[in-house]
Amino acid sequence: MTTTAARPTRERVSPAHALKDVWIITKRNLRRFIRMPQLLLFATVQPVMFLLLFTYVFGGAIDIPGVSYIDFLIPGILVQTVMFGSTNTATGLTEDLAAGVIDRFRSLPMARGAVLGGRTFADLVRSAGVNTLMIFVGFLIGFRPAGIPQLLAGLVLALMFGYSMSWVFASVGLVARTPEAAQSASFLVVFPFVFASSVFVPVQSMPSWLQVFADNQPVSVIATTVRGLTLGIEALPSGKTIEGMVALSLVWIIGIFAVASPLSVQLYRRIFS
Amino acid sequence: MLAVVADQVSKTYKKSDVPALDGVSMSIERGKVYGLLGPNGAGKTTLIRVLATLLKPDSGTATVEGIDVVADPIGVRTRIGLGGQYAAVDEFLTGRENVVMVGRLYNLPKAKVEVRAQEVLERINLVDAADRQVQTYSGGMRRRLDLAASLVGRPDVLFLDEPTTGIDPRSRVDIWELIRELVSGGTTLLLTTQYLEEADFLADTIGVIDQGRLIAEGTSEDLKERIGGVVVQLHVDESYCKPAIDAIKDLTGSEPLHDADRDFLVIPAEHGSQSLIEVVRAMDTAKVPIIDIELHKPTLDDVFLSITGHAAEVETADDRVPESGVAR
Repeated sequence: MTTTAARPTRERVSPAHALKDVWIITKRNLRRFIRMPQLLLFATVQPVMFLLLFTYVFGGAIDIPGVSYIDFLIPGILVQTVMFGSTNTATGLTEDLAAGVIDRFRSLPMARGAVLGGRTFADLVRSAGVNTLMIFVGFLIGFRPAGIPQLLAGLVLALMFGYSMSWVFASVGLVARTPEAAQSASFLVVFPFVFASSVFVPVQSMPSWLQVFADNQPVSVIATTVRGLTLGIEALPSGKTIEGMVALSLVWIIGIFAVASPLSVQLYRRIFS
Repeated sequence: MLAVVADQVSKTYKKSDVPALDGVSMSIERGKVYGLLGPNGAGKTTLIRVLATLLKPDSGTATVEGIDVVADPIGVRTRIGLGGQYAAVDEFLTGRENVVMVGRLYNLPKAKVEVRAQEVLERINLVDAADRQVQTYSGGMRRRLDLAASLVGRPDVLFLDEPTTGIDPRSRVDIWELIRELVSGGTTLLLTTQYLEEADFLADTIGVIDQGRLIAEGTSEDLKERIGGVVVQLHVDESYCKPAIDAIKDLTGSEPLHDADRDFLVIPAEHGSQSLIEVVRAMDTAKVPIIDIELHKPTLDDVFLSITGHAAEVETADDRVPESGVAR
C-alpha cells in the first residue's frame, strides 16, 4: 500500500474540527430535548411551580427586611434552576451510554472531548432558556430588578455556575452508569445544597450550626451574589460587597470547573477499559 | 493485502477473572467477508470493540488497513464503519438527521454530506421514511438505518456486530441481502453472529469462537466437511428399529448409526436424493412405517457441536445481557 509510507504516524483532530464536533453534538442534544415534550414540560413546569409555591405559599411567612420576597426569590430561583438543569448532564450521558450511542460516537474520527463538551453546552443552552422563562414569569408576578444590565449580569453568573456544575454531574453520571442511578445520585447532591442555602430564605433564619454550612457553600454564595447583582448592594447581608461576592463566586465556579472537568474526562475514558 | 489483522489479542475485563479474549489471531483479506460465529459471551463483541478502537487489548496487536488500533485510533476510525447489535441510532432524530450527523462527524464537508446521505438512504431503501423520527421505525428499519450510518463515511472496513439479533426472520433475510449487496463493491466486512445460517449466507471465511478462543476457521464448506457429507435421517417407531436396521444392512452392507434417544437412524447418503429413495423403498419392502425421513445436509450447528462438544447456545434476544464494557 503506497499510502502507508506517506501517512503520519498518528492522525489528530484539528481544533477547528473539534469545535465543529462539539457543535454537532450540542445541536443533536438540543434537538432531542425539544422533541421530548415530557422532558420540556417537566423542565419548565417544575421551576415555575417552585416559583409560585414559594411566592404565594411560603412567601407570606418569610419576612426579609428592605426587600420584597419576590425580588429576593427570583435570583435564588435562577440558581436553583441551573442546579436542577445541570443534573440533566448526568441523566443525558447515562441514557446515551445505555443506548449504545456513545459507542458509535467513539468509533468515529471525532474529537475525544466532543461528547462531554456537546452535552454540557446543550444543558447550558437549555438552562438559559428555562431561566429566561423564569424571569418572564417573575416579571408577571412583581419581580423588579435594579435594571436590565444588572439582571443580565446576574443571569450570566448563574449560568456560569450551572456550566461548572454540569461537569460535576457529568462525573456523577459516569460513576452511576445507569439513568436511574444517575438521577438518584444527582438529587442526593442537589437537595442539601439547594435547600440548606440562601436560595429561598435568608440563612440567618436557620439554626446556627446549619448557618455555618448554609452561609459558605457555593449555591448560597452564588445565590447571594446574583441577588446583589440584580437588586443592588442593599439586597446583600451587611458587611458584604458586590465586588467581593463576585470574586468569591468566580473562585467557586473556576475551582469547581477545574476539578470536575478533568475528573469527568478521566472517568469517561476509564469506562471503556 | 490484509485489511484486518489481530495477533494474539487478549482482554480480560475488570471485575472478571475469565478472559473475554484469550490470544485470538485472525486476519481478513481486503474485500472479503469474515463471519465470527459463536454463542453469546464467547468474545465476539469484545474482538469487534478492540478492532474498532473502543477497547484497548491487554496484550497482542491489531491493525486495520495496516494501522495499529492502539497507536493511531483516529487513523483507524477514519477508515472504519461500525454497526451494532444495539442499532445505535438516535430515536428523536429523523433517519436523515442521523445519517447526516454521522457523516459530519466523519468530517465530510457540509455541502457533500446531504448528497451522500440521500445516496445511502436510497441504497438501503429508506427514503420514504427518511424525514420521520426514528422512534416511529420498526426494528428492521432501525437496523437498516444503522447500516446506512455505518456506511455514510465510505469505510474501507465495516464492522457489524450481530446485525440481525432480535429481529424477525423475514426482515433478517432482507438485511442479509442488503449487506451482501452493500459489500459487493469491495468493502471488507467483519460480521459477528450467533446465527449459523447467517455466517453461512454472508461470509467467505468463518471463524468459530468459544470462551475467548478461536477454535476453528475455514470456509463454510471446510467446516461442513469436518462432520462428513450428506446423510439420510430416518425416524421410525421404537418397535420397528430392529427390522429397519436389518433392512438397511441389506441395502448398504453396513450397520446404520442408531440414535436411540430419538429413534433416529443415520445412513450415509452417497448418492444424495437417490439414496433417500432407496431407503424409502427398503422400508416399504420391510413393512416398516416411516414417521419422518429427510436428507440432512450438515449445518454449522453440527460443526459447532462436533468442535466444542456442546451445541451453540443461542439465547433469545430478550434475556441476553449486552456484552459491552459499559455494562460491566
